[in-house]
Amino acid sequence: MKLAIVGVGAVGRSVLDLAREYGHSVTAIADSESAAVDSAGLDPERVIARKDDEGRVGSRVPEEALKSEYDVLIEATPTTLGDAEPGFSHVTRALERDRHVVLANKGPIAERYGEIRRAERASAGEIRFEATVGGAIPAISTIEDFGPEHITAARGVLNGTANFILTRMAAEGLDYDHVLAEAQDLGVAEANPSFDVQGTDAALKCVIMANVLSGGEREFTLADAEVEGIEDVPGSALSLASEDGRTVRLIGEATRDGVRVGPRLIPENGTLAVSGTRNIVQFETTHAGRLNISGRGAGGPETATAVLSDVGRLE
Amino acid sequence: MSDARPHTVRLELTDEPGELLNALRPIAENGGNLLSIYHERGNLTPRGRIPVEVDLECLPERFSGIVEALKAEGITVIQAGEEQYAEEVSVVLVGPLIETDLSDTLRWFEECANLSVLDLSLSAPEDDRPSARLRLAAHAGGVSDALARVRELADEKGLLVIEPQLDRETAA
Repeated sequence: MKLAIVGVGAVGRSVLDLAREYGHSVTAIADSESAAVDSAGLDPERVIARKDDEGRVGSRVPEEALKSEYDVLIEATPTTLGDAEPGFSHVTRALERDRHVVLANKGPIAERYGEIRRAERASAGEIRFEATVGGAIPAISTIEDFGPEHITAARGVLNGTANFILTRMAAEGLDYDHVLAEAQDLGVAEANPSFDVQGTDAALKCVIMANVLSGGEREFTLADAEVEGIEDVPGSALSLASEDGRTVRLIGEATRDGVRVGPRLIPENGTLAVSGTRNIVQFETTHAGRLNISGRGAGGPETATAVLSDVGRLE
Repeated sequence: MSDARPHTVRLELTDEPGELLNALRPIAENGGNLLSIYHERGNLTPRGRIPVEVDLECLPERFSGIVEALKAEGITVIQAGEEQYAEEVSVVLVGPLIETDLSDTLRWFEECANLSVLDLSLSAPEDDRPSARLRLAAHAGGVSDALARVRELADEKGLLVIEPQLDRETAA
């Protein structure tokens, strides 16, 4: 398949890098300022070298990449809330041209799910968004495989930054600010970590799962989620939990009835108590008990793996 | 009977005709609604009596009257009380626990009909916000109500609640 990538962050770069291994070629790529287009397939190394040297991927304007001939648009621009632009327009414009879209960007699916699905119904193209939830973990496709009606709840640890901080606080008896600074030094937390530590990122992922679980019967957005972050969790709470054989994790839960995200007490050695930046998604099924899938929930190659699996499902 | 609560009464009856009926009449006459009777005829107590377990529901204020009426009939009441607390749940509260009066918080829990505090551990380090871990007992099926009450209290006092993840899980 011919892929056009919008967004040249860690995910966009990794998709560019790995596409060939999956038997696809990247024929267009765009960041916010520039684009490169080659119907015979771009050379990933040259594109990345130019981006690193000049801050541009090529000499064309982004619009040319969006208008180019491709089979699948890979939407990997940063997640934005509210109107979810420019991601939302990238998706709808591709669907209007009857192209497929694979998203790594959570914004359009979490904030404007109904509109996206309507645009898809009017199109010969399809949308897929495995990469929006839990990085390499196949969360969305598992719900689709089982059928949303056979899954009553999806919950888990869906933010590696928050999980890293809570794991370190519990293990080392350190306070939040100390561990956050350490996480920032290690590149695990961003300079502005609020999206992760306030629970917004985990909530968006749960909103997406709630939308898939409800099968369009009810539409959820971030505004429908009950969200509490981890900034106010002191070391004393973790030590009290530990005395009781428990620990604290930022757990998000999605059902057909809604989304809740917050710090929760869980058994210290239980399934949900994954360590460090690891993620886990746990499904309650109607006839098969509980299903757990854990793995790497973020990162360029990990998320690109989910993107390229989606591209494979479109073939 | 929307405010009625389930109660279990354990009685010991002598093996005489009409004894069971004698035991049930005071319950009905004092506002109790019989739910089930477990009459263990084949199983005598060490004193040679027949144990009977009666589940009933009544308004909370009527229950002691029922027990009194049973005793007045000469019936041996072994155990009487509200349904046993069936589920335990731990929560951690974080924030101005001491400033907002810890004993007031405990009193608040005592006033919750379906909830009881089994124990409380407080950690109040000098350089960090204090936390308290409460082990609560709730009636069977009452855990989510109990947690809703805890959230109510936390809202009122500006506390953060770290709730338990409810579904029990098995170790990995």
